[in-house]
Amino acid sequence: MDGATDDHKAGIAKWFLLRSPPGQIQQVAKDVQKILMSDKLYQQAASEAFPIYNMEQMICLELPDGSGQVLVSNCGALDSTHYLDLRTAQVATICTKIRPATDEELPSGFVEEYRSAIDSELLKYVEEAFPRGSCAVFCTAGSTAEEDDAPFELTALISASKISHQNFSSGSWRSTWKIQVNQELQSVDLTGKVHVNAHYFEEGNVQLDTNYEGSDSTVLQNPLDVATAVVNIIRSKESEYLLSLEESYSKLSDNTFKELRRKLPVTRTLFAWNNALQLSLSREVTRELSK
Amino acid sequence: MDAAMDLIRRMPPAEVEMALASLLVLLPDHSADLLSKVDQPLQEAWDDESGRQYLLCDYNRDGDSYRSPWSNKYDPPLEDGAMPSEKLRELEVEANEVFAIYRDQYYEGGTSSVYMWETEENGGFAACFLVKKEGRRGLLDHGLWDAIHIIEVVSEEEGEAHYCLTSTVMLSFTTKDDPSMSFGLSGSIVRQMEADFPSTEGHLGNMGRMIEDMESKLRNGLDQVYFGKTKEVVFTMREPLEILTATSATGQSLQQAVVGDIVRRRSVH
Repeated sequence: MDGATDDHKAGIAKWFLLRSPPGQIQQVAKDVQKILMSDKLYQQAASEAFPIYNMEQMICLELPDGSGQVLVSNCGALDSTHYLDLRTAQVATICTKIRPATDEELPSGFVEEYRSAIDSELLKYVEEAFPRGSCAVFCTAGSTAEEDDAPFELTALISASKISHQNFSSGSWRSTWKIQVNQELQSVDLTGKVHVNAHYFEEGNVQLDTNYEGSDSTVLQNPLDVATAVVNIIRSKESEYLLSLEESYSKLSDNTFKELRRKLPVTRTLFAWNNALQLSLSREVTRELSK
Repeated sequence: MDAAMDLIRRMPPAEVEMALASLLVLLPDHSADLLSKVDQPLQEAWDDESGRQYLLCDYNRDGDSYRSPWSNKYDPPLEDGAMPSEKLRELEVEANEVFAIYRDQYYEGGTSSVYMWETEENGGFAACFLVKKEGRRGLLDHGLWDAIHIIEVVSEEEGEAHYCLTSTVMLSFTTKDDPSMSFGLSGSIVRQMEADFPSTEGHLGNMGRMIEDMESKLRNGLDQVYFGKTKEVVFTMREPLEILTATSATGQSLQQAVVGDIVRRRSVH
């Protein structure tokens, strides 16, 4: 059997890296490095996998001057190493430097009014609801729009994670809310997706994978009122999702799980091994006698 | 190999087959080790002669052929395939019949198989009891349960025997109760249990009861402990806002608002 090509092996390594549970990519990377036994292959896979992983997980990086945090996501990515933080109008290069954002990288003054209003309201919600969460709002379309002009789209991201290696658990929450502002129709339409993962691995390996999709709309008003309305929608939709999760969990034992394996037979007693064995014994005896 | 096992423990359990296939490509020299140590969902096969399903594992495999517990024949046919002794085969037949009833009572469907083989120990033998269940009813959009129980039996003096059980349960499912969301859990755990029982009435009752006990423990463990922990992780990341406790963020901000109000009013008077 021929050995696999280098590209195939690097592809496999990338597959493993991208599936790391929240907060465990370093451990997964160590394992992959050992298994590959080739630094060149590892670098090839890691250089492709890490940027994608960071964006999918919405990793949050501390800005070195302490001015805040920048959320790594494909909404704010200028390229694979540069990420835009609109709250402080800066661009961060992963692992290296900070510089001010240029005018081309920033949205128009008109769009910025809405973006920053939503950002402020969102910060309040995130502080309230997520003990260790971060958020950001980006302009993902129509960044040059002016008043009474073209539509534009903002995307609000929320990222929270809980990593506790001592407790053998980790989890991540990632919300992506697309906010479409249509000036002609005077409407603001929201569509959101929330992706939640949790991993518990004390003498075992159990993972939760859940997704939510929701949408709503509101009327276009001044930036402050739109911000309040938009964040209220986000807050209530995400709370609804949490309630649904609670319900799914409560149904597990008696409903969901039962479809796979009951807690007890219908008789509500343990299986009668003696009876079953006697039955099979008497069948055996009958067989012998009839020979 | 340690790195490979650690990696498997971190990958999504629902994708373990792909993970194992990938590891086999990267570590071809360790394939025997990997295949025996990494638990995989069970494959099923059809026994034409007996008209029944049976499960495939390393213990009923010889080369590329698998032995059916019903017909006791290899598929594809083998001239000299490994077989249990006549006496052990009798026990195997009985075990399959009784375990199928057990399986029906707990799983209300599914497939089971029992395979036995002699071990080095004098008069000793080992058996593996396998169950596979797929569910799509009710709230379950798709669910899979695979259980692999391996018991080693060693006869001791005075009509007693020592039983050592190693059980693996692999589970994955997605529910469909709410159209706006998808909810999926998957996991695998392995546990061991040892016990001594009188063997004057035979071994099957002892083995069966151990397995039943173990399956209950695993099912409840997964349900309460493991799934419960994932729920805990979610609810510590995002707090329910409706609950006003002294320590929740909502509760604290409300407290601050009330205190601020009182202070303001006092300073006015």
